[in-house]
Amino acid sequence: MLLEPRQHTPLWMTISAPIIAVAIVLILSGGLIAWAGAPLLDSYIALIVGAFGSKFAIAETLVRATPLILTGLAAAVAFRAKLWNIGGEGQLYAGALAVTYFGTGLIELPSFLMIPFLFFVGAVAGGLLLLFPALLKTKLKVDEVVTTLLLNFVVLLFANYLLFGPWKDPMAMGWPQGAPVIEQGILENLVAKTRLHAGLIFSVLAAVCMWLVMSKTKWGLEIRAVGHNQDAAKFAGIPINKTIIRTALISGGLAACAGVTEVAGTKEYLTLDISPGFGYTGIAVAMLAGLNPLGVILAALFFAGIYNGADSMSRAMNVSNYIADVITAGSLLMVMLAVMLTRMRIRLKG
Amino acid sequence: MDFLDMFLNIGFWAATIRMATPLIFGTLGELICERAGVLNLGIEGIMTTGAMVAWMWVYQGGDLWSAVLVAMIFGMLFGLLHSWFSVYMGLSQHVTGIGITMLSMALSYYSFRMLLPGVTTPPKIEPFENYAVPLLSDIPVLGEAMFNQSPLTYLAFILVGVVAYILYRTPAGLAVRMVGENPMAVEVQGIDVYRVRTAAVMLGSGLMAIGGAFLTISVFDAFYFDMVNGRGWICVALVIFASWRPGKALLGAVLFAAFDAIQIRVQQSSSTLIPYQFYLMMPYVFSILALIIMSRKAAYPKALLVPFRRGQR
Repeated sequence: MLLEPRQHTPLWMTISAPIIAVAIVLILSGGLIAWAGAPLLDSYIALIVGAFGSKFAIAETLVRATPLILTGLAAAVAFRAKLWNIGGEGQLYAGALAVTYFGTGLIELPSFLMIPFLFFVGAVAGGLLLLFPALLKTKLKVDEVVTTLLLNFVVLLFANYLLFGPWKDPMAMGWPQGAPVIEQGILENLVAKTRLHAGLIFSVLAAVCMWLVMSKTKWGLEIRAVGHNQDAAKFAGIPINKTIIRTALISGGLAACAGVTEVAGTKEYLTLDISPGFGYTGIAVAMLAGLNPLGVILAALFFAGIYNGADSMSRAMNVSNYIADVITAGSLLMVMLAVMLTRMRIRLKG
Repeated sequence: MDFLDMFLNIGFWAATIRMATPLIFGTLGELICERAGVLNLGIEGIMTTGAMVAWMWVYQGGDLWSAVLVAMIFGMLFGLLHSWFSVYMGLSQHVTGIGITMLSMALSYYSFRMLLPGVTTPPKIEPFENYAVPLLSDIPVLGEAMFNQSPLTYLAFILVGVVAYILYRTPAGLAVRMVGENPMAVEVQGIDVYRVRTAAVMLGSGLMAIGGAFLTISVFDAFYFDMVNGRGWICVALVIFASWRPGKALLGAVLFAAFDAIQIRVQQSSSTLIPYQFYLMMPYVFSILALIIMSRKAAYPKALLVPFRRGQR
């Protein structure tokens, strides 16, 4: 079996490849749903209705998509530079910790200053957290995959310590949760009687900004060049290490903003389960989007829909909601494969 | 806490050896994959699968040794999947590995829920009993710590020698090391690079799964969600710490386990001084420090992470 590059890829193929890949995953996961003894068609209908079937469902899906857009962007930007940032989860909590530190009474500003300030300190915390592995990568050639991953555990344990210790809200009746974010720091609600908040607008704006940066600016060009071919980038006079550090600061900052939207928008206080693995799902989001910042919005909506839909399907049909994780992971792998096949042709004889 | 007391305590050393066991399996497995030029970040998920499958096998009435075999087979299947994506298709080993971890973990949890619906307290099984090696276990201190352990622990220690022997003394081992260093040269010899890599990744993944199985059918008697708890990632760090050598992998795993055992004991005796979360952080911080220290002399297999495409340079 041989793989050879295609001369050119037809547009229909580029567009349909991820869709076909996801369809295959949905068909395959049908086997698991059938195993649970649930009727397939009704289950998928329950999934779609649970994800997009009502005003409430749509709002919940958008709420869930908000942090996924940000962690997806974080992965997309870093992976473009072949900086394998697997630490989105830790960076998200770093952002959440920053919000809890600054946003629960330490500083009081009017809303229009307080909210940007919270995003700023959150992003700085996440950026600094990824700066350390990035420096280890550039200075000492320590593989960033392992270091970013290990830091996830460290940050979560640190958050655990704070919430069970000094930061525990005495008003929370024994639950490990932080003090509530002050009113000026809360992201405004967008639709009455839903949890939808202004974090969505922020994350979509962030996606548009990142798209502009990646496709229209010298920074974006440098990031892509470093990821594409380091030797060629070096030859062209692009400062490799500086670009990697800069990418790390942006990527860590974006992932941390997901922590900001969850604490200042969705929950309004910090708990240890603000993220059911948004940092890891962000990787799948980025791959499904083909590392394109605008595609990240759609991919995040898709995964958010799958999670919410699977939740209501599992309640209605008695199928374990781990089915959502199966679909996410399966999509990650199948989409990678499909995208590769749009660039390569398989020759069976070799 | 008197440190001297602790180091003279048989229980401490026995715990160290016990805690090193899953790390030895995992690190050896990862080492074999990486020696063949394939980073396998599926390890955390594959260990979870091994833990779940082995437990379920015994729970459904299978015997303990066949459970080890079944875990290994499931590990190898995910290894096959990983190598199909990363070796044959040449996709990014980083991302496929994460995908394999996510998929194997999700499938394990889903299956567990499916097979045992509505169970709140995890049911128990009868795990491996410790086997006291005759004569050797009579040696004071050392004997009791080393030679009154689970059979899987002995298997792990024996495997270190076996893997080292195969890697350095057999043609198959040479082929594995060569495809990790210079696949083109291997191809010229008429050896199929894809097959060697696939075999190595499958074998390595099988060992990882046994490491996971050790947790459920030897240490604990039940399967819990998140029970692998980052051990897989620690193994990835330990391979680098070991400079890709089985002997050093053993040393690293035991050192690391000793560190973990100290952490637990210190935590129990003086929990009022330093919050326990900081002790739990230590293994991860220690791993990062180990990576930094070893990075100076890290001699990566040269073809690690580089997909091989026949007829292409």
